[in-house]
Amino acid sequence: MSRVFIDGIGAVSPAGWGVTALRAALEKNVPLPIQPVARPGWEKPLFVRSVPPPAARPAFFAHPRLRRANAITQFTIAAALEALGETVSLVQSGAARLGIIVGMMSGGVNYSRRFYEEVLKDPATASPLIFPETVFNASASHLAAFLNSNAICYTLVGDDGTFLQGIALATQWLADDKVDVCLVIGAEETDWIVADAINLFHPNSVHSAGAGAILLKKDSSSGAIAELAAVTDSFPFTQRQTRATAACKMRAQFPPGMKNELLCTSAQQLPRLDTAESQAWSDWTGVQVAPRAILGEAFLAATAWQCVAACDVIRQNKFASANVSVVGVNQQAIGARFEKPAF
Amino acid sequence: MPWKKKSPAQFKGEACVLFPLSKSFPAARPNRVVITGAGIFTAFGPGWQINADGFRAGRTVFRPVTLFDVSHQRSKIAAEADLPAELPATKLAPNTIRRLGRASRMLVFAAQEAWSQAGWNAEENLPVVLGTTSGEMSFGEQYLQQALQSPHAKRRQPTRVIHYQIQQQGLELDNAFGFHGPITVISNACASGANAIGHAFEMVRGGRAEKVLTGGYDALCQLTFAGFDSLQALSPTTCRPFDATRDGLTLGEGAAILALETFEHARKRNAEILGEITGYGVATDTHHLTQPHPEGNAALAAMAAACACAKVSPDQIDYVNAHGTATPQNDATETVAVNRWAGGHAKKLPVSSTKSSIGHLLGAAGAVEAVVCLMALRGQWLPPQISLDKIDPACRFQIVREPVDAKVEMALSNSFGFGGANASLVFRRWA
Repeated sequence: MSRVFIDGIGAVSPAGWGVTALRAALEKNVPLPIQPVARPGWEKPLFVRSVPPPAARPAFFAHPRLRRANAITQFTIAAALEALGETVSLVQSGAARLGIIVGMMSGGVNYSRRFYEEVLKDPATASPLIFPETVFNASASHLAAFLNSNAICYTLVGDDGTFLQGIALATQWLADDKVDVCLVIGAEETDWIVADAINLFHPNSVHSAGAGAILLKKDSSSGAIAELAAVTDSFPFTQRQTRATAACKMRAQFPPGMKNELLCTSAQQLPRLDTAESQAWSDWTGVQVAPRAILGEAFLAATAWQCVAACDVIRQNKFASANVSVVGVNQQAIGARFEKPAF
Repeated sequence: MPWKKKSPAQFKGEACVLFPLSKSFPAARPNRVVITGAGIFTAFGPGWQINADGFRAGRTVFRPVTLFDVSHQRSKIAAEADLPAELPATKLAPNTIRRLGRASRMLVFAAQEAWSQAGWNAEENLPVVLGTTSGEMSFGEQYLQQALQSPHAKRRQPTRVIHYQIQQQGLELDNAFGFHGPITVISNACASGANAIGHAFEMVRGGRAEKVLTGGYDALCQLTFAGFDSLQALSPTTCRPFDATRDGLTLGEGAAILALETFEHARKRNAEILGEITGYGVATDTHHLTQPHPEGNAALAAMAAACACAKVSPDQIDYVNAHGTATPQNDATETVAVNRWAGGHAKKLPVSSTKSSIGHLLGAAGAVEAVVCLMALRGQWLPPQISLDKIDPACRFQIVREPVDAKVEMALSNSFGFGGANASLVFRRWA
């Protein structure tokens, strides 16, 4: 049976641009500072965790396709390039076929809101420059163009767990020999309208932004960061299957747990939100980390950070394996397991 | 150790029950993928027959937009659907039905038709793969309007948040028919519906699923209408794909759903087979976010890949349902691509764009046009473009201009979208 390896990881988060910043924030294990975001008609602002400006302006910002690109596209490309590393040149030269899967829930909401506000004022003058950037697959398209990649490219939309569905899809493309390597990216951007919507349901949840990327490869050399051991089934939340039941079914597909394993959860340290997941993993006595509690709720980007963190601790020999558990906002419970590759 | 450690206890040994990664690897011998249910909702109305009659006659259903104000737009028409007051009977609760938007309602109509035709059982674990560009965008529009105009009024806002989200429409299908299963939504702009069917096809073909419910949907909404209008992509006159004087597309709305399963599974349960999907090809055009490369390389690659997957050559294709939006750029590129792909066969190849009848359904287009191909294969006729005036001389292929009966064994459907998403599907008649 062919094996699938993680050959690269990348991240942009409220902790900064790069996996190193993400790692530092998670190791510190202290929630990052929040920033106010103005909401029309309200004196009191909402609070979010924004991505800080990069230390130096990334060179890709100058690409003709990216001059007007929104924040979510910038995060997507930065995380992708970090994950690709030296593989970029192979893709750009056509020596490697790259599959691209970009997942998001809110997507390019900043331009969507701006464009619709223009429509409400006067549809005749709404900007034709903004509208194309509101389309869900704009980020994936820009990334493919930047990398000169003509191979298969999907944008998946769904809740947090959709990032793991993307990983499962990538393994299928690799197995079918559609591509040589495959990037899976989860990305989101902050906007007051999303923060406002979150506030309706979970006032203590902090909306955040960024992206995470992992590069999957079949039959990797010994340089792989981690091996993808499994992705669980997706258990949807339906009229006949509660969030708690779905979470328990997801957890039941993992091994019980062993010393030297990490559990990386989607918890936000908000009791009402976390109940289903914490009950599902109540038998877990090992080490666990919850990136959202530190970085904020960034939907698919946050799930991507979970996976990046899981692979990173394996790369650093801190753990032999890591389980990623996602009990999503409103769609599904799903998990994945990464292990130290043995050659 | 910086990580939170709950206790040093070590778990002891139950067997690992992880979902095996081997499930990701394809079956040694690809399955044949057949269609045992098809549902459709367009501005023609709900259901196979009314749509088949409309497409066969080449009727058009454009009319002034009533859903939102278009008085300040260049274009003022669309293929707006009349939604029946009642939804077909499903397991959806009355409270849920009351809250459904246009997109969900059209989706439920199409899904119910496909579901009942397929005769699948409600309890099964069934994957759903959908394509859409905007889901229930009108709820998002309403949310923003209220947040701006009456910021402190929260009435109906939670419902709008829930039903705006694209995954919700997939969950509604689960609930409507009483099954569980993974929900995948592909949003590849105007190729979304074709990508969804193609992905579902690959799941069944590769042995990763025995059955999949798949398709696409999109409803008219102000943001999208104004967006295409801002790009001057909407026709101020009539939608005329491949016409020398074409001046843009006309939007429509609708949904189409297919029930796909392995031939073996369908045969075991004596299901009626409507047709077969034999090929799927994709390629990405990196030329521009909204404009295809004039040489049509990615479109050509998608058609070639779909035919390679189906193990057929272009001269075995009896009909092409073109993407044919009627924008100058799309049709010019598709014309070049089809000319190149078909080669000497082009002069005998019937091609039409059914967007001339029902408009561009965006994320639903690929799915609706898949059903149109099925109709042509089953009925042995070709859908014409009645509104065509003067054929673009670049077209070397035959545009179907009048209702005509024809021998159709294989049909190819093209879907090309913003962002360079190109997808082609090949269908075979089931005899």
